[in-house]
Amino acid sequence: MIEAVRFIGSTTIRLIQELGRAGHFLIYSLYTLARRPGRPVHLLKQIRFIGAKSLFVIVLTAVFTGMVLGLQGYYTLTKFGSEGMLGAAVALSLIRELGPVLSALMVTGRAGSAITAEIGIMRISEQIDALETMSLDPYKYLVSPKFLAAIISMPLLCSIFDVVGIYGGWLIGVKLLGVNPGAYFSEMYKAIEWKDVYSGYVKSFSFGIIIAWIGCYKGYYAGHGAEGVSKATTESVVLTSVLILVWDYFLTSILL
Amino acid sequence: MIELIDIHKSFGSQSVLDGLNLLIPEGMITAVIGPSGEGKSVLLKHIIGLLKPDQGDVLVDGRSIVGLRRSQLNQVREKFAMVFQNAALFDSMTVYENVAFALEEKTSLARNEIQRRVAVALQEVGLKDVNHKYPDELSGGMKKRVGLARALLLEPQIILFDEPTTGLDPVIRRAIHQLIRQTHKKFGFTAVIVSHDIPDIFGVADHIAMLYRGKILQFGTPDDIQNSDNPVVRQFITGSLDGPINSGAA
Repeated sequence: MIEAVRFIGSTTIRLIQELGRAGHFLIYSLYTLARRPGRPVHLLKQIRFIGAKSLFVIVLTAVFTGMVLGLQGYYTLTKFGSEGMLGAAVALSLIRELGPVLSALMVTGRAGSAITAEIGIMRISEQIDALETMSLDPYKYLVSPKFLAAIISMPLLCSIFDVVGIYGGWLIGVKLLGVNPGAYFSEMYKAIEWKDVYSGYVKSFSFGIIIAWIGCYKGYYAGHGAEGVSKATTESVVLTSVLILVWDYFLTSILL
Repeated sequence: MIELIDIHKSFGSQSVLDGLNLLIPEGMITAVIGPSGEGKSVLLKHIIGLLKPDQGDVLVDGRSIVGLRRSQLNQVREKFAMVFQNAALFDSMTVYENVAFALEEKTSLARNEIQRRVAVALQEVGLKDVNHKYPDELSGGMKKRVGLARALLLEPQIILFDEPTTGLDPVIRRAIHQLIRQTHKKFGFTAVIVSHDIPDIFGVADHIAMLYRGKILQFGTPDDIQNSDNPVVRQFITGSLDGPINSGAA
């Protein structure tokens, strides 16, 4: 009995400590970003890595997501005789929800894991200690550029996802299933409001922070050896994905 | 001058440093020797503030560095450079980028001037035609030399060496020791070397500190240590299998 209480107590304390450390990491990273953002060359490298190099996977995912939405939407809308609304249905689903969430999950898998692995390897091979001994702040050189790059890249990738997805839906709906092309786009223009676009951007912006935060944090505090880095990378991807979905729910409920 | 006063440090339930006191003289080479796993690298990391003691104080030129904020600690670290056991070179950068990194980030020197200084630093450590190589293309000895060049470039007052010759063959080991001695003579920095290299280290250091069970067991000149009556020191420097280090009786 005492053992069980001790276990629950120590686990709770450890969890609270971990939350405190992660929270402090986020606050200090944003503080460093605001105060000492570092040289532009570091930022550009990260935008290239997180943003430009994610383009292929984003476009590929977007086109197939749009195509699936086209198929499913057409199937559902024909039941109500309103297949002309297909463009609006595809665009609303993408802009409000699927664009930000799926692009964030794709970037998590591609760049979030790599961020954790990179910083984790630097941690275990004492490269981060080397930075500190040169009186260079690792947050400024390693963490801040990744935060800013993710914050800049995510809304842009999300926009590309939305546009490519809409054309994926168009390809299936208009070219394959015969929906009127004029109706596809005109219904879309009528249905989409600035608020929908804005909420998508707010989501992808905050997902960018989550990806950089968890990716950098897990790497920065990676355990020992290759196993420690491997564990940190897995935890980073899982935790980021879960946080994105949970945060998406709360944001949606606020922004609706 | 560096002073460690009553340093205690534990990791979990394992006590590593247990009331350690050490005074490191300015402008000299001090070597810290002792059996593996006794906390020599931990001691070095306390000196530069990478680790904080659970109890005790670390003074650098009379100023305590324990409890300093990151920005204040960085000011103190301007005096330091450190050469790591595995060199800790940035593996995604070339040799040139590694050595130039601190200058590019911390100064507004022109590119030409940085190139000149990097070339001089690499020449000091006997390296040439390695600018465009990556760390994984270098031998162990070359990595240590690049690490030393990176350290020298910042013109530090104090250089900490964490096992600078581990994993090197005897010839390269001697060459690295000679390099430390030569650069020390030329630049006059205070050096702290953590080492296992017995007896080579006696020819390099001005003072030796023997670390055992979390404390400095003996501090003195290489002659003092080589003529020590302490059974632990004697066993360690002779490399004998029989003695208090193995039996745990010391």
